[in-house]
Amino acid sequence: MDPINFVYLAAILFAIGSAAVLTRRNAIVAFMGVELMLNAANLALVSFSRIHGEVDGQVMAFFVMVVAAAEVVVGLAIIIAVFRTRQSISLDEPAELRG
Amino acid sequence: MLDLSWLLIAVPLASAFVLLLAGKRANSWGHWMGVAASASAFLVGLIAFLQMIGRPADDRAINVHLFEWIPGGEMHLDAGLLVDPLSLTFVLLITFVGTLIHIYSVAYMEDDANRRIFFAYLNLFVAAMLLLVLADSFLLLFVGWEGVGLASYLLIGFWNFKPEYATAAKKAFVVNRIGDIGLIIAMGLMFAAFGNLDFDTVFGGVSGASEATLTGIGLMLLLAACGKSAQFPLQSWLGDAMAGPTPVSALIHAATMVTAGVYLIVRSAAIFNGAPDARVVVACVGAFTLILGAVIGMAKDDIKKALAASTMSQIGYMMLAAGLGPIGYAFAIFHLVTHGFFKAGMFLGAGSVMHGMNDRVNMRRFGALRAAMVVTWVTFGFGWLAILGIPPFSGYFSKDKIIEAAFVGEGWQPWVFGFSALIGAGLTAFYMSRLFFMTFHGKARWEDDQHPHESKLMMTVPMIILAVGSAFLGVILASGDRFVDWLEPVTGHAEHGEPVLPVTGLIGSTLFLVAIGVFVAWRKYGAADVPIEPPPASLITIAARNDMFQDSVNRAVFQRPGQHLTRTLVYADAAVVDGAANGTAAGIAKTGEVTRKMQTGQVRGYAATMLVGLVILVIIVVQGGL
Repeated sequence: MDPINFVYLAAILFAIGSAAVLTRRNAIVAFMGVELMLNAANLALVSFSRIHGEVDGQVMAFFVMVVAAAEVVVGLAIIIAVFRTRQSISLDEPAELRG
Repeated sequence: MLDLSWLLIAVPLASAFVLLLAGKRANSWGHWMGVAASASAFLVGLIAFLQMIGRPADDRAINVHLFEWIPGGEMHLDAGLLVDPLSLTFVLLITFVGTLIHIYSVAYMEDDANRRIFFAYLNLFVAAMLLLVLADSFLLLFVGWEGVGLASYLLIGFWNFKPEYATAAKKAFVVNRIGDIGLIIAMGLMFAAFGNLDFDTVFGGVSGASEATLTGIGLMLLLAACGKSAQFPLQSWLGDAMAGPTPVSALIHAATMVTAGVYLIVRSAAIFNGAPDARVVVACVGAFTLILGAVIGMAKDDIKKALAASTMSQIGYMMLAAGLGPIGYAFAIFHLVTHGFFKAGMFLGAGSVMHGMNDRVNMRRFGALRAAMVVTWVTFGFGWLAILGIPPFSGYFSKDKIIEAAFVGEGWQPWVFGFSALIGAGLTAFYMSRLFFMTFHGKARWEDDQHPHESKLMMTVPMIILAVGSAFLGVILASGDRFVDWLEPVTGHAEHGEPVLPVTGLIGSTLFLVAIGVFVAWRKYGAADVPIEPPPASLITIAARNDMFQDSVNRAVFQRPGQHLTRTLVYADAAVVDGAANGTAAGIAKTGEVTRKMQTGQVRGYAATMLVGLVILVIIVVQGGL
C-alpha cells in the first residue's frame, strides 16, 4: 500500500480533531479533539519517515507523545479545577479574559 | 607666626559655629566671644605684619600650605594661603575695622533678642573675607567670595520679619550671583589657558597667553568685581542692602566686602597688565559709577542710602585707579584703606544718629543735632573732611593721587578719566556736605517723639578711633611713599607718569571744586531752611531720588524678557516635549482600545484563530517551497 494514504488519513484525522475542538462545548470532548490532532500529526510524521526512508520523523513522534502525555496531565487538571469552581465544564462559560 | 596665618580664618569661623550651635545659653556671653574672636584675629594679623616688616622687601610673599585639596592628575590644587603685603593690608583693615564694629554692635544690638546670632554672622563674615584675601588660588578665593556673599545675605536680611528687608537680602544675593558667574567663567578660561587655578601658575603663565584670552579673563573678572563692589551695571543691590542693621552697613557695605572687587582686580594685576583693553573697560566702569553714585547721593534724603551711594561712588574711584594699571593699583588700595576708615566711621555715626532719633533715617527730619550729639558730630565731621579730601585728612592723600593718576596717559583717556574724577570730587563735596549740614546743622526739624541723645561709650569709642584714623592715616601712610613702597612687591614698580595738566593746578582745581561744593551745600542746606517734604525738582533729581530708575530698567531689560522667555519655555515644554511623550502614550492607549475587542474570552474563538493562523503558515511554507 502506498504510504501516501497514511498521510491522507492523518489529514482526515486532523480535520476531525480540529472540528471537534472548534464545535464542541464540552471541555472533555474538545480535549479529545486535541488528542486526535496530536495523533494525526504523529501519524503524518511516521508516514513521512517511511516515505523518505529516514528515522527523523519517528524520533519526532516520540517527542510528541511525551509532550502529549504531559499535556494530558495539565489539561485534565485544569478541567477538574474549572469544574470544582464552576460546577460545569462548558467551554463557553468562562469568559473572564474578554477584553 | 606667619605659618599660623590659618588661625586668622579658623578663630572667627570656630566662634561663628559655636555661637550658632550653642543656642540661647550663649546669650549672656556670645557677643563678647564674637568680639574676642575678631580681636584675636587682629592680633594674629598684627604680629604677622610686624614679622613681615622685619623681612627684606623682596622676600615678603609667604605661601602657607594648608592641605592637599584637589589631587587630580594633571590638575593638582592645594589649599594654601598667600601672605604678602596686599593680603596683609586687607587683613589688618578687615580685622581692625571689624573689631571696632563688633564692639560697637555690642551696644547697638543690645535690645535685639538674637544678638548672638548677629555676632555669629559677623564672625562668619570676617572669616570668609579673610579667606577671600588670603587664598592663594582663585578657587579658594571663590570659596571666600561665596562665603562673603552668604554672610552679606544673612546680615541684610537679619530683620527678615519685615518682608521688604528679606526682599532686599534676596536682591543682593541674586545680583551677586550674576557677578559670581563672571568669576566662574573667568576661572574656566584660566583653567583652559593655564591648566590650573593657583596664583603662581596663572600669573606665571600670563606671558605665554594671547591678549584675547587675557582680555576675556579680565572682562569676566570685571563682571565679578562689579557684582561684589556694586559697580555699574550691577549696582542696584547696594542701596537696598541698607536694610541690614547699621553696623553691617558699616562693615560689609562700606569698609570691607564691597572692596573685594577692587582686591580681585589688583590681585589679578598680572592679567590686566597683559590686557590693556580690559583695563580701559575697568577704568570706564569706575569713572561712570563714580559719577552715577555721586549724582544719586546728591538727591537721597535717607541718610544711609546717601552714604551707600557715596560708597558706590568712592569704590568707583578705586576701580578707576585699578583700571589705570600699575600707576593706579597702589592708590586704589590706598584709597580703599582710608575709605574703609572714614566710611565705616560715618556709617557708625549714622547708626548713632539713628539710635538717638528712634531709628528714623529721613534727613529732612534731622537738623541741629550737633548740640545733642557732640561726639557723633565731631567724629562724623572728621569722616566728612576726610571724604572731601581736605588736607591733611586722609582722603586728601588717597583721592588726590587717584585724580592725578587719572590725568596721566595718552589720547582721550586722561581727559575723560581725569575730568570724571575731578568733577566727582566736586559732587562728592556737595552731597557729603548736604548730608552733614542737613543732619547736624540748620534748624531742628524733629518729630514730636524724637529726643536726640548721645550714644553710649561703647558706641562712641569705636567712632572716635575711626575718626582718628580718618584724620591721620593718610598722612602717616603717604609720607615718604611708605604705603606705595610697601605694596610694590605685589603691584609692581610704576614709573611716575606726568599728568597732562600740571599737578599743582590739579590740586588747586580739586580743592576749588570741593570748596564750591561745600559752599553751595551750606547755602542750600546749612544756612537756609530745609523743607520737610522733598520739593518738586528737576527731572535729573527725580531720577536720582529713584536711583536713576535702575530697578525699572532692570525690570524692563532683564526681568520681563526673562519671564517671557521662561513662560515660552514652559509652554514649549508642555506642548512639544510633554506633548510628544503624552501623544505616544495616548496613541498606544487608543490602539489598545480598538484591539482589545479581539479578546473575546471565548476559548473556541482562540482555537479557531490559531487554526486559521496555522493554515496560513502552512500555505506560506508550501507555496514558498521552504
